[in-house]
Amino acid sequence: MPDQLFNRSISDLSRMLAEGKISSVELMQAVIARTKSVEPRIRAFNSYDEADALAQARASDERRAEARASGNTAFRPLEGIPIGIKDVISVAGQPLTASSQMLANFVSPYDATATVRLKAAGAICWGRLNLDEFAMGSSTENSAFGTTSNPWDLERVPGGSSGGSAAAVSAGEAIATLGSDTGGSIRQPAALCSVVGLKPSYGRVSRYGLIAFASSLDQIGPFARTVEDAATVLGVISGHDPKDSTSLRLEVPDYNRGIAEMARSGRKWKLGIPKEYFGEGLDPEVGAAVQAAIDEYRRLGCEIREVSLPHTKYAVGAYYIIATAECSSNLARFDGVRYGHRSADARDAVDIYFKSRAEGFGAEVKRRIILGTYVLSSGYYDAFYLRAQKVRTLIRRDFLEAYKEVDAIVTPTSPTPAFRKGEKAASPLAMYLNDIYTIGVNLAGLPGISIPCGFTKATPTRVELPVGLQIIGQPFKETELLAIASAYEQRTHWRERLPKL
Amino acid sequence: MTYEAVIGLEVHVQLKTRSKMFTRVATGYGQPENTLTDPVVLALPGTLPVMNKEALDKIIKAGLLLGCDIAPVCKWDRKNYFYPDSPKNYQISQYDQPICRGGSVEIELPGPSRNVMGEHKKIELTRIHLEEDVGKLNHGDGVSLVDYNRAGTPLMEIVSEPVIRSADEAFAYLTALKAVMIYGGISDCDMEKGQLRCDANISIRPVGQTALGTKVELKNLNSFSFVRDGIQHEIRRQIGVAQTGGVIVQETRDYDGEAGVSKSLRSKEMAHDYRYFPDPDLMPVEVSDAWKSAVRATCPELPFDRQRRLQSEYGVPYTITSVLVPDRELGDFFEEAARACGKPQAAGNWIANDLLRELGAARQTLAQSKVRPQHVAALVKLVEDGTILSNAAKEVFIDMFQTGEMPDVIVARKGLKAETNMDELEKWCADAIAANAKSVADYKGGKESALNAFKGPVMRAAKGKADPKRVDETLRRLLSQ
Repeated sequence: MPDQLFNRSISDLSRMLAEGKISSVELMQAVIARTKSVEPRIRAFNSYDEADALAQARASDERRAEARASGNTAFRPLEGIPIGIKDVISVAGQPLTASSQMLANFVSPYDATATVRLKAAGAICWGRLNLDEFAMGSSTENSAFGTTSNPWDLERVPGGSSGGSAAAVSAGEAIATLGSDTGGSIRQPAALCSVVGLKPSYGRVSRYGLIAFASSLDQIGPFARTVEDAATVLGVISGHDPKDSTSLRLEVPDYNRGIAEMARSGRKWKLGIPKEYFGEGLDPEVGAAVQAAIDEYRRLGCEIREVSLPHTKYAVGAYYIIATAECSSNLARFDGVRYGHRSADARDAVDIYFKSRAEGFGAEVKRRIILGTYVLSSGYYDAFYLRAQKVRTLIRRDFLEAYKEVDAIVTPTSPTPAFRKGEKAASPLAMYLNDIYTIGVNLAGLPGISIPCGFTKATPTRVELPVGLQIIGQPFKETELLAIASAYEQRTHWRERLPKL
Repeated sequence: MTYEAVIGLEVHVQLKTRSKMFTRVATGYGQPENTLTDPVVLALPGTLPVMNKEALDKIIKAGLLLGCDIAPVCKWDRKNYFYPDSPKNYQISQYDQPICRGGSVEIELPGPSRNVMGEHKKIELTRIHLEEDVGKLNHGDGVSLVDYNRAGTPLMEIVSEPVIRSADEAFAYLTALKAVMIYGGISDCDMEKGQLRCDANISIRPVGQTALGTKVELKNLNSFSFVRDGIQHEIRRQIGVAQTGGVIVQETRDYDGEAGVSKSLRSKEMAHDYRYFPDPDLMPVEVSDAWKSAVRATCPELPFDRQRRLQSEYGVPYTITSVLVPDRELGDFFEEAARACGKPQAAGNWIANDLLRELGAARQTLAQSKVRPQHVAALVKLVEDGTILSNAAKEVFIDMFQTGEMPDVIVARKGLKAETNMDELEKWCADAIAANAKSVADYKGGKESALNAFKGPVMRAAKGKADPKRVDETLRRLLSQ
């Protein structure tokens, strides 16, 4: 199965394309055929445009032929590779729905900066991937257009909010994808679907063209089959953007070269294990898989140290104040006046707001807008928002303190493997606790990655399910983070296991 | 009981920048609806604001000109409220850390007459902050349409302390503020184009009381005169309420300048909770001393300082400076002409009287005028050295306003040069004396005014081109022989 074109890595396919063994059109056709075959079961996409994707592939093949004719064999890093895009990242002329009724018929007239950079690198922008409405959720069940299934067990969720992006890579419906991560929305579904998911440092990738959920936490990042592929995509999309003042003016390193150099140098990493992340609520089999991965690092010669992140217990609370406060303001623009859903029953301006938003937003989005509006209200601001910001500072300080002793921190990505659809739908709090290990990373603005680290054992009620290992890096030290992830990946073979579809 | 009014003004001034506050699309007025827009202005999903440095330069300049403290960091907040003219349904503004604090506006109150300078005083400012303007609603027959051309234009809010005491002071404050803005190139402050808008907070209290009364906010004051009239009206209304035992309620009232009436818009209970919080899309920007110095280097002399200088250094009277100074270009025009001819008073008279009259009649701006400072200077010189007479000079001025030719060219073309042939003048004077024996006797008898009797015939003979001064001298000489 890994030999099928649609299951190969970017690095493999790039080589095959460069050697002329396949064309981009053939690759795209293989991905389309695979998508058509599994999509009725997976439902990773909100929409895709075959003809457009094939036209992009043809254009790529033509570029390649022209380059060859002029003796140029240095191809762009993603030339001819189909990359799926989460349906909150804008691609000019394509739908941009955020999996919400509010934007069910919206087509974006402009490209996100990440999209501009993918196109400039030769990638094929392939399809619009499902998510929890406006990226609010951890299961993709909050999508207004239906839930995506976990390729490893179709009865289970793929995680979220970037569930479509994770499932598509896992199921062979795209070679890599883009997601966005506000509190774990890339790493958690990557863990639940056994793929690599990377959240870059805050400010590494431009947010221009990403529908904002919580502006101070959101980052775009890649899903891929290998750490190397994730590094390749990150290299393409990262870097300062004059259209996003929160994107940093920092040089973008050649991540893969950096990874290779660090591997050659045989650097022995110091890894921190935060005791607060291994307590109550952690599924024993997830814990065991993560422990085995830590042991693997030890065998690699890494030094493993216990570290403490004492303010961890406040992270979920602070997160749900800051994220909801920002979202209550960010989502105000969806009012039915200029674009998006407008209630047919609206009588006047106020009515347009009330009815369009009542009809256009789902329950979880409304819950968060109400919560966010409340915490910003006059008289409550200091007690909630301001205090949450202070907690945020303490959480960042915890991490920076730990980094005085260790190069990176290793934790489980998610406390449990993929859960059944509907299992947690009734309890928002239980759902929020899914992100308990990932939220601190966003609050602290750090880079984090989830890589496959094994499977739970099959039981009468549960098939074998993927487990993810989260590695948390230092600010803007993505190369080190990727090198640490790669060192483990090179010693294991989890990638060879594919879901049976 | 006698009452006094306490007034604070909130003035919104659009900054004169090429592009909008947070995106690159152009600013402008009078363009077809919704053409000055882009994904950021329309708040399309995924768009982000990026600060316009020119806007920050301009507000720092305004702050420096008005003597404000400039904050070391420029921080942005979101003001959340729903309204169809606000594309994001929040306005990017500055809440607890305005870029400018303190400062003052020097004003001139009306003098005892138009020709006499009035009292000067300073109106203290609370703060000046920067925000983005909203779009405009056009209400039609059963529908309201939104035009977002104005949305996102940089807008400065200038808040005065509640220290204004009368409608006249408010008027003087706006006049002075506008002059400073125009001098700094910060805004054109054209109220008809919405470049300056004013809201007034008005309360009254018994004279002698220090506590402030309940304030009423007056909105939609769309000309300086309406500000004055509206404030007068509101003070009278409040005093009326107080004197008849009523209670003044905190509210916002809409003033209709045409009808001269106001009506309540909303009461305090309906006040918004704007849920301000720091805008996470915009990083705070450090305003360094070097930055401030660079802006300071571009600051012009303030209008009242210039007026004082012109009066003391050039000896130009208040009646002229009060006309020339409020318009910076006109003041510059004057100074250039005055320097070129060395006769500031004469140059000032030509510009303040003749030039402005002709521009007005021709509906031209100063920039369109064919008369330039060197024209005025040359004309002044021709009069001073006696080449032409004042009547002829008036004719030359109108000609050069129309043709743009230099005065000496016009004088030559029209033959307006003053008569200087002394032989002819001697003859005309001798003839006039010979023809009027009675006046000769009167003059010689000590009646000084008898001299005038000879001047008429001499001027007639000279067809008006004789220099009255020379005529006078010649007559006296001949009569004393």
